[in-house]
Amino acid sequence: MPRLTNYAQHVQLFEYDEVTVASRREFLQAGLATSAILAGLGMSNWSRAMAQQALTQDQLLQFDDFGNLTLIHVTDAHAHLRPVWFREPDTNIGVGEAAGRVPHVVGETFQKMFGIAPGSPEAYALTYPDFEALAKTYGRMGGFDRIATIVKAIRGSRPDAILLDGGDTWHGSYTSLKTQGEDMVRVQNLLGVEAMSSHWEFTFGTERVKELIEQCNFPFLGANIYDVEWDEPAFEPYKIIQKGNIAVGVIGQAFPYLPIANPKWMFPEYSFGIREERMQEVVDELRGQNVDLVVCLSHNGFDVDHKMAGRVKGIDVILSGHTHDAIPEPVLVGETIIIASGSHGKFVSRVDLDVQGGRMAGFRHKLIPVFSDVIAPDSEMASLIQEIRAPYKADLEAVIGQTDKLLYRRGNFNGTWDDLICRAILEERDAEIALSPGVRWGASVLPGDITREDIHSVTSMTYGECYRSEMTGETLKTVMEDVADNIFNPDPYYQQGGDMVRVGGLAYTIDPSAPMGSRITDLRLIAENAPIDPARSYVVGGWASVNEGTEGPQIWDVVEDHIRKAGGAQQDAPVSSISVKGL
Amino acid sequence: MLISRRGVLAISAGFAGLAMLPISVQAQDAAAAPTQTADEMIAEFTGGAEVAEGDGVKLTAPEIAENGNTVPISVEAPGASEILLIATENPTPGVAKFIFGPLAASQAAATRIRLAKTQDVVAVAKLADGSFVRTAANVKVTIGGCGG
Repeated sequence: MPRLTNYAQHVQLFEYDEVTVASRREFLQAGLATSAILAGLGMSNWSRAMAQQALTQDQLLQFDDFGNLTLIHVTDAHAHLRPVWFREPDTNIGVGEAAGRVPHVVGETFQKMFGIAPGSPEAYALTYPDFEALAKTYGRMGGFDRIATIVKAIRGSRPDAILLDGGDTWHGSYTSLKTQGEDMVRVQNLLGVEAMSSHWEFTFGTERVKELIEQCNFPFLGANIYDVEWDEPAFEPYKIIQKGNIAVGVIGQAFPYLPIANPKWMFPEYSFGIREERMQEVVDELRGQNVDLVVCLSHNGFDVDHKMAGRVKGIDVILSGHTHDAIPEPVLVGETIIIASGSHGKFVSRVDLDVQGGRMAGFRHKLIPVFSDVIAPDSEMASLIQEIRAPYKADLEAVIGQTDKLLYRRGNFNGTWDDLICRAILEERDAEIALSPGVRWGASVLPGDITREDIHSVTSMTYGECYRSEMTGETLKTVMEDVADNIFNPDPYYQQGGDMVRVGGLAYTIDPSAPMGSRITDLRLIAENAPIDPARSYVVGGWASVNEGTEGPQIWDVVEDHIRKAGGAQQDAPVSSISVKGL
Repeated sequence: MLISRRGVLAISAGFAGLAMLPISVQAQDAAAAPTQTADEMIAEFTGGAEVAEGDGVKLTAPEIAENGNTVPISVEAPGASEILLIATENPTPGVAKFIFGPLAASQAAATRIRLAKTQDVVAVAKLADGSFVRTAANVKVTIGGCGG
């Protein structure tokens, strides 16, 4: 496999790894030595200042231009315009062939796999250990004004660089909900996005999606979006982008399971699906038009993309989104590379390619971490963000309460944010059991103030009604088995890319490698320390129902009421208890 | 970017002649006879002949149904004279038997079927040489989840 060798020579990992003062110990020593001086200058946050000294924008952006084409990939920002804290998962179980393979590697194992020093900027950006302490050192990540700086810098050296957005861009914040996604389209236009894919975009409903597409200065692509009535393509499948003498075919692939994972009554006109044959057909069509490179801008999720890369022939690059994985090097499947660029604006991927004879002959890649204290904000984008936020400033910044522990969501099972949300549902809706969706979006909150914007970061949606209803123990078990199979089915094509439904008031054991219907055992009601009775009816509260006509207060109001009453201290009694076995 | 409905309709109109293709479909009539099992139906179709697993017949189905009441399925078997389509776990497994006349330009058909639950959909084709080939696709009928 000579080309494989060729690839390996061109992979350039973690360039910034080599040029930073990487080890935590060195870092702390340096910090301690100079802290007195900095304190004398009135700088209370000395460690932050040290982070700025240790890491420079030039280092983060350093890249030896390679080949003749550059791709820039951003994805799954979930409308987080401003920098965020975002703790990566401590649990991300892979089943079948995916076991032990990226992205199903977390924590220290991840650090070892990629040669990352514990406590380093990379460890903070990509893994969960010591998150709270490192967050204070390295600061927030992301922010579209910083992303704009990175994009402009790359375009400075590569004017023909192609900027592609993998979707889940319009949804996920207070401002995107209030402006119905328009804020993000303005940001994308200013950033110079050249094509996008989609998922949560559709939860604004068909009519709104059409309105926003009219405002986009770029195509909204979806080869797998079909008209439900006629079973015919409904959206432009691809766009050929000509840069110099290189023609790049960019194929859009929307999240395949939109009508199942999200309310299909909001976009009843459309059918989705993986549609592997369709992807092959579109690739062949592009190859027939003699494009020099085929790129799939995918919202499939990483494992689905991995399988697809091995079965659909002729794709050079898959820019992978949906499952929020940040992977520091490209994954090679056959002759296709898969790039996974994280979420919430934490990373921007730069991929330089050598395109020769209608194929990718080599590549160089860098997952650029968007350290918001290191990357200077772009003034033009910063102004736009300020303008977008201005009408809502008081609401966004309103302090609702405090937390005495780190709040996070991401991971296969309940995070601390989910526990708080589930407790809010149990108490505010007087329920015995709470169910909260296993979505992968939502930023973390460090101990201290919780603002309204923080709450919306983990709850914002167009179907946030918090219902209260009854469910038998048997139905509850069925629901949980069904969701578990959406994550742990050994065939990625049957996975939907979310995490396990979050629960309140419940304890259970799960064996991810067991077959569907027998993964969940020992289901118990914590309050009574009793097994869930299949025949008994339980009062269940939850939100994000895909059913039309769901009634109840909006989940963010429920959470806000609860936080106001709780006054900061998180209760110690567990709201959920989950054991994992069989790994 | 949206493809306009007018454009699609215009394209569709151009293919209206397809309706006259020499193909006939026999839908299963549940009331007409006691329900046969999937295996019995296949045995009757093949007359007990051996059925190979293979590429000779292609079945296209969604991995997960968006709506179990109307699942789009298509089958294709170049050179086949008949294709039997079965939903193995439905109360009435038989879906359809497509019979292609000698003038059929292609041996392909598409329809929508109802699936009671997660199951294998099976297609068995009788090829030009009289041999049989089968393929299956697992279609999951789910109650919905939480996409990331």
